[in-house]
Amino acid sequence: MFTRVQGWLDERFHWADIIGPLKKKTVPIHRLSYWYFLGGITLFLFLIQVCTGILILLYYRPSANEAFESVQYIMTRVQFGWLIRSIHSWAANLMIFTAFSHMFSVVFLRAYRKPRELTWLSGMFLLFLAMGFGFSGYLLPWNTLAFFATKVGTEITGQVPVIGHPLMVLLRGGEDVTGATLTRFFGLHVAVLPGLTTVLILVHLALVQYFGISVPPGVEARWKASPGDARQMKFFPSFFLRELMAWYIALGVLGALAALLPWELGTKADPFAPAPAGIRPEWYFMFMFQTLKKIPAKVWFVDGEIVGIVVFGVAGLLWLLLPFFDQLARGRGRRFVMGAGVFALCYMISMTIYGYMAK
Amino acid sequence: MDTWRNSCCAVALLLLMFFCDGLACAQQQNTCLDCHSALDPPLQVTAETFAQDIHSQKGLTCASCHGGDPTKADPEAMSKSAGFRGKIERSQIPALCGSCHSDAAFMRKYNPSLRTDQLGQYKTSVHGRLFAKGDRNVAVCIDCHGVHDLRPASDTRSKVHPLNVAQTCSRCHADTAHMKGYAIPTDQFEKYNTSVHREAMVARGDLSAPTCTTCHGNHGAAPPGVDSVQNVCSTCHVFQNQMYEKSSHMSAFQAAGLPGCVVCHSNHGVSDPTDARLGTGPQAVCMQCHTPGDSCDQARAEMLANLKSLEDAIRDSDKLLSVAETSGMEVSQARLDEDQARDALTKARVTIHSFSKELVNRDIQDGLNLAGKTLQAGKNALAERDYRRRGLGLAVIFILLTVVGLFLYIRQSEREAPKV
Amino acid sequence: MRRRIVELLLGGGLFASIVTFLYPVLRYLIPPPVPDLGGDEVVAARVADLKPNGSKIVRFGTRPALLLMTADGEYRALSAVCTHLSCTVQYRRDLHQIWCACHNGMYDLSGRNISGPPPRPLEDFQVHVRGNEIVISRKRQA
Repeated sequence: MFTRVQGWLDERFHWADIIGPLKKKTVPIHRLSYWYFLGGITLFLFLIQVCTGILILLYYRPSANEAFESVQYIMTRVQFGWLIRSIHSWAANLMIFTAFSHMFSVVFLRAYRKPRELTWLSGMFLLFLAMGFGFSGYLLPWNTLAFFATKVGTEITGQVPVIGHPLMVLLRGGEDVTGATLTRFFGLHVAVLPGLTTVLILVHLALVQYFGISVPPGVEARWKASPGDARQMKFFPSFFLRELMAWYIALGVLGALAALLPWELGTKADPFAPAPAGIRPEWYFMFMFQTLKKIPAKVWFVDGEIVGIVVFGVAGLLWLLLPFFDQLARGRGRRFVMGAGVFALCYMISMTIYGYMAK
Repeated sequence: MDTWRNSCCAVALLLLMFFCDGLACAQQQNTCLDCHSALDPPLQVTAETFAQDIHSQKGLTCASCHGGDPTKADPEAMSKSAGFRGKIERSQIPALCGSCHSDAAFMRKYNPSLRTDQLGQYKTSVHGRLFAKGDRNVAVCIDCHGVHDLRPASDTRSKVHPLNVAQTCSRCHADTAHMKGYAIPTDQFEKYNTSVHREAMVARGDLSAPTCTTCHGNHGAAPPGVDSVQNVCSTCHVFQNQMYEKSSHMSAFQAAGLPGCVVCHSNHGVSDPTDARLGTGPQAVCMQCHTPGDSCDQARAEMLANLKSLEDAIRDSDKLLSVAETSGMEVSQARLDEDQARDALTKARVTIHSFSKELVNRDIQDGLNLAGKTLQAGKNALAERDYRRRGLGLAVIFILLTVVGLFLYIRQSEREAPKV
Repeated sequence: MRRRIVELLLGGGLFASIVTFLYPVLRYLIPPPVPDLGGDEVVAARVADLKPNGSKIVRFGTRPALLLMTADGEYRALSAVCTHLSCTVQYRRDLHQIWCACHNGMYDLSGRNISGPPPRPLEDFQVHVRGNEIVISRKRQA
């Protein structure tokens, strides 16, 4: 039956030519191969988000008056609404975690090297899009924490030199965070960002497919010396089945989290109430937030916040250009990138922990 | 020549008046303050203090009450010919203040909505009546309102702002030396500070909570008579009064000349009425009159038992709902019902004042029904939580089965066809 | 034989797990009996239920609301939560005013606090009649 369908497709679309390369796709096997799973898991979590997101869309109402109540409705009245919504919230956080992990594994396994610079760039933009998803999605339940976190977050955006204020107004749909902001974030979250992300994912996957899976330099050298040691696994069916296992386990973890630690509702946002104590952003923004908090109010004559924003902007730009640094002065470039990677990872982890410990 | 000099002086004086500092200068020259700001108390009145005074802000000067001429220096300033009265005699104060404040036509020029019956009321008060008999120890206007830094009652710094009234009254009424010779206690302020009314005002900022003047009156201050206590308390506590009027206690207390609400709740130290008052312990009020074992004692015991059963039911369902909440279940509707059950308990406690166990029982039953509903909601929430966990368990088992199956399949197929 | 067991395990596991995923999703798609939580709008009563100078306490979102019909036949809807200490207020037909039993607070029919302890007026809502239903809704927020 299967072969008959394939035959039908082949007569029309040269199906055999299309799946030919896929059948030949291989994955290098070595001590560090397990890191290869991270990208796939991130993709899997994104697919989960799309599915649960569409389901939530059936009941959610994006207006300041009704948003909170509609989420409450999903959590309490809709059958298994609690499950769908909690999975969506947990998967969002897990996805960003795996995306960051995937990125760092690429840095430390040096998979960004020539010729894979564009893969790196597309991946970085995907990470920015993921964080945009997180930021826009966080506001949608319209609870107190989300409202004020958005207020602070967009306020900081407004501090960017030159373009900050117009950008903030564009994001907020006005000068303040209101129902207009909610509608705008909703549009971003369900239409604009998904569209961009889908395109970029296809580009990213196509690039990965085109260049094949990268091998870490140490392993590469060893295999060059003795080609007999090189081991590759067929993608179909071997690696694919293993990846399926990983995805299944991830699904189990998600279900457990949703059932044992359901995502809370909070209290409905009241724009006129004063901000409660302890407003913080989601954990993936915490390191930036904590940094901004710790910078003194004025550095020479410049506003501390602006210094922080500019520093992060420059750091982000340098990070984007990492593959190109690698090319410079052979050994030095590589050491610089490794050092930057270690520094970035340690900085992010420690500032995040600091942000949560400090009161 | 003279005209020239006079006009120069006039111009100089005008310029002086325009350019010199201080409110007194802005209005008119005030030589009184010039000297008296430099003196020691009790003669000291500084320009800053007097600037805060409401009379000063309305344009009155020292001379308005004390006479004299504020534009001249001594000795013309304080001369009899200028009408100087010096320090106003204590016996003259009510009449002096009343000379303006009881004149409706005059007061209308400044604040048409201010009352003008203060002096009349004062004359009916205990202070006023004793004052008329020659007692100069009692309070007169300035003792409560202050004199040179008098502020309107709405100003939080005023001695007669609701938050400060008790403190002001206590200056005399808690001073045992001052109150010697009057046959009244001096512990009212101390007791009031322990009361729920004081707590409402200070801790919750509820300015509508009663202070001394709420029950005693301000200008016409006098304790409410034994038969007026009920009326005074029922200004706010309407429902309790309605219940009390239906009860046997009202006629019994009236016949015995007992002061209604005060018998059980006291007057100044009105404390939080806990259920222990219905008991037999040290806080019990019923058993101060009633004989143990009689029908009233039995009714009391029954009402107390009912209250306790409702309180326990609410507490049990509250515990269950909290467990459900921490497990992640959404129970806001049940919490709403729990609020209503608590309202029913409060209502039952109000109905106690009817001293009828049937009436109390009706409210208790309503509350118990609600508490039963919320308990059931809590149980349902926990059952739902268990259902979810069972579902999760099932899903995890199937997932593990699949994963194991995948693992075995991979191993098996790769034994036959190597992966590399 | 071994192969059959493994294939059965895999196939069975896949099938069972997919069912445990699809079952909640399919039930999720079925709309619940109550289409609304009523946070923004609620059907308070039928036109026939309210007479002039009559009132009804209804649940609006998570708090009670007071729906009343004045003697002139006009509908008013206000929050029934007293602004003093949050007791539930009631309409007094004899006084034509809204009264709080806890400490004798009084509000007029527009919700303004006119006597007693309440420090602020009652929040007012919009009322319209749709067919034979009286609907209370929150005033439009930005």
